[in-house]
Amino acid sequence: MRDELLSVGIDIGTSTTQVIFSRISIEDMSSGFTMPRIEITGKSVVHRGRIHFTPLLSPTEIDMEKVRDIVGDEYRSSGIRRGDVKTGAVVITGETARKRNANEVLRALSEFAGDFVVATAGPDLESIIAARGAGADAYSRAHSTTAANYDIGGGTSNFAMFKNGELACTGCLDIGGRLVRVEGGRISYIAPKITELCANERIRFFVGDRAEMNILTRIAEAMTALLEMSIGLRPKSSFYPRILTEEGRDIHLPYPLENMCFSGGVADHIYGDLAGDPFLYGDIGVILGRAIRESEALPRVKRFSPSETIRATVVGAGSHITEISGSTIDYDRELLPVKNLPILKLTPEDEADPKSMREAIACKMDWFRAEGRVQPIAISITLKRSPSFLEIQDAADAILSGASELLAAGHPLVVVSENDLAKVLGNTLRARMTRRSPLVSIDSIRVSNGDYIDIGRPAASGSVLPVVVKTLLFV
Amino acid sequence: MPGSTGRMGVILDMYQESDIKQMVRDILRDVLSEQVSAQKQKPGKSVSAAPRDEGFVPDITAESTKEQFFVPAPADRDGYLRMKEFTPARIGVWRAGPRYNTFSMLRFRADHATAQDAVFTDVPEEVLKQHNFLCGQSMCSSRDEFITRPDLGRRLNDETRALFKKELPQNAKVLLMTGDGLSSAAVSANAADVIPSIKQGLKQQGIEIGTIPFVKYCRVGAMDEVGPLTGAEVVCLLIGERPGLVTAESMSAYMAYKPNPDKPEAWRTVVSNINRGGTPPAEAGAHIAGILKKILDAKVSGVDLNL
Repeated sequence: MRDELLSVGIDIGTSTTQVIFSRISIEDMSSGFTMPRIEITGKSVVHRGRIHFTPLLSPTEIDMEKVRDIVGDEYRSSGIRRGDVKTGAVVITGETARKRNANEVLRALSEFAGDFVVATAGPDLESIIAARGAGADAYSRAHSTTAANYDIGGGTSNFAMFKNGELACTGCLDIGGRLVRVEGGRISYIAPKITELCANERIRFFVGDRAEMNILTRIAEAMTALLEMSIGLRPKSSFYPRILTEEGRDIHLPYPLENMCFSGGVADHIYGDLAGDPFLYGDIGVILGRAIRESEALPRVKRFSPSETIRATVVGAGSHITEISGSTIDYDRELLPVKNLPILKLTPEDEADPKSMREAIACKMDWFRAEGRVQPIAISITLKRSPSFLEIQDAADAILSGASELLAAGHPLVVVSENDLAKVLGNTLRARMTRRSPLVSIDSIRVSNGDYIDIGRPAASGSVLPVVVKTLLFV
Repeated sequence: MPGSTGRMGVILDMYQESDIKQMVRDILRDVLSEQVSAQKQKPGKSVSAAPRDEGFVPDITAESTKEQFFVPAPADRDGYLRMKEFTPARIGVWRAGPRYNTFSMLRFRADHATAQDAVFTDVPEEVLKQHNFLCGQSMCSSRDEFITRPDLGRRLNDETRALFKKELPQNAKVLLMTGDGLSSAAVSANAADVIPSIKQGLKQQGIEIGTIPFVKYCRVGAMDEVGPLTGAEVVCLLIGERPGLVTAESMSAYMAYKPNPDKPEAWRTVVSNINRGGTPPAEAGAHIAGILKKILDAKVSGVDLNL
């Protein structure tokens, strides 16, 4: 059994908007004498779109029409039809995520790009996607070590560290190449936090000033110092907390940082000194790249080569965000795709016995009420590896009675298990339902509270479902 | 053997008798102290936990080999343990010179003994009763004959043929049967999870399972005889697998559309490695039910069935 999923990645960043298409190969890795084990066996980018400037209507509004044209053009030039795209993600990143119409753009674009193209945003998720696109997770797994990526973009610098392939921590700083813009030799824009930074550094710097290299270099060096502080290479200044994208959400490295790489548009200027006009892009990206390259502290962490630089985020969104669940699962086809279901996750204590399980589901359902009414959710359980049939029956009864309000409201029953038990659990839930509700039971997917899940239409002749887990909150 | 006597003669020439006695004493002392220190190292939690003075011998097979690690000064302990997660193979067991350590040797022999026990014991009466199996027997009359005569294990004895013909449902859509095969332990360990899971899965497709026969001294081929005997459309045999050193409780499900003794091996579809450490039994049951439905729909099985 082999199949391919065509996936799209769209990144609307502070400076650039990019589209890529990638092919995700899935294959049954079992011997044929055991239960099928369908895994993602390869990911390859089949079309790398051009790098476009992100079109804005005003400093606070994205030009939706032009963004749609860019995406439409990339579809046309790739020769890929919308209907062929089985999965993928639109990610709105950096400063662009804070534009007034960011959410509308995101939603409209995910509809426009394909049936199961999910909308994503949030600094943590952005960090994870970029690091996966740059290959930090793969590097840490292959070398049994910790590996991090710093994606230095136009508006933000996104950090994510992995240990043995598992996410260890994330963080985001308001540092980027496009926070200062230059037009015709003069400063045309300074982001508010950079004005604060300059004041703190006693650098006199205003819009309308002539773009002078020594001043801009000092600013870039101050930015670099903040990056160094964020990963413990320099003592934190009193100003440092101000530069965090989300107040109070500092980076706490749970393990020593052994290896790192850089991605994002600025990365190309860190890895190679591209001679020529430093204001080629009308911003300080080139100068910031040079300052990072010349940092004395940063080389103390061993470097590895990123698999992508400027396209890390878009490749991450296109190639690395989709997981698959299968092949022993149970689902009602007409229910799919389902999008943006918040996760209600049971703790091991919740799962201790059927009674506590039932009560925990009923009680946690309150977190997902809007105007008193319960909203569609996905229930996440772990159970143990290889539970007995009786334990499955108990769990099914607990889920059905705990979630009775959900079912009474006409919502589907979506259960995500960590261990391999989705098919027997699905069968058992169906057998014990008093009134038939649509059902999706999938497994081998790990989620946390605060995550959202999207589940796509079946692939590989119905035996697997593409799944995207969106981590919006990472503690 | 003249050669060895000759070598011995040379050795005797080189040493005085008293020297040899001393040497033997030294060797024995070394060996004994090595055993003591091996015990002191407490290779597994289970070994140290059990009290020795109450007549108990600790169960050295209680801990999974994946969690046991004896390399004294590994350069990368975490990396090694992660590697071990992927295999039940005995890596990282360390050594004494070119030999296994005592603990590894004992563990190996204990696992081997478990495997042998699984082959040479019968499925307990209580287990057969618990599932209301209709019990029959192959043409083998003893465990030894079963091991040495696979051909007889594939055929039912006359009494069993008559019993099955009389008592089993005729022309069933799916006939589910069980057999001890090479591991009685597999039936005892997994039947209670696999069977209800298969039944539940089939019931949702509108297929009911009737009386389930059990064949003692059963080889896989026995299902080919049960097929024509009952006129079942699909036969599914749950049978103990030949035990290995990893688990002695592994079960397989063999499935065939209208099986009979003339059909080739390739006509059978199999799901193997059903045990708590491998394919979870309850989940396997749900999967098997799905395959049985596909076999019924496609009216073929084995390599002809496109899963």
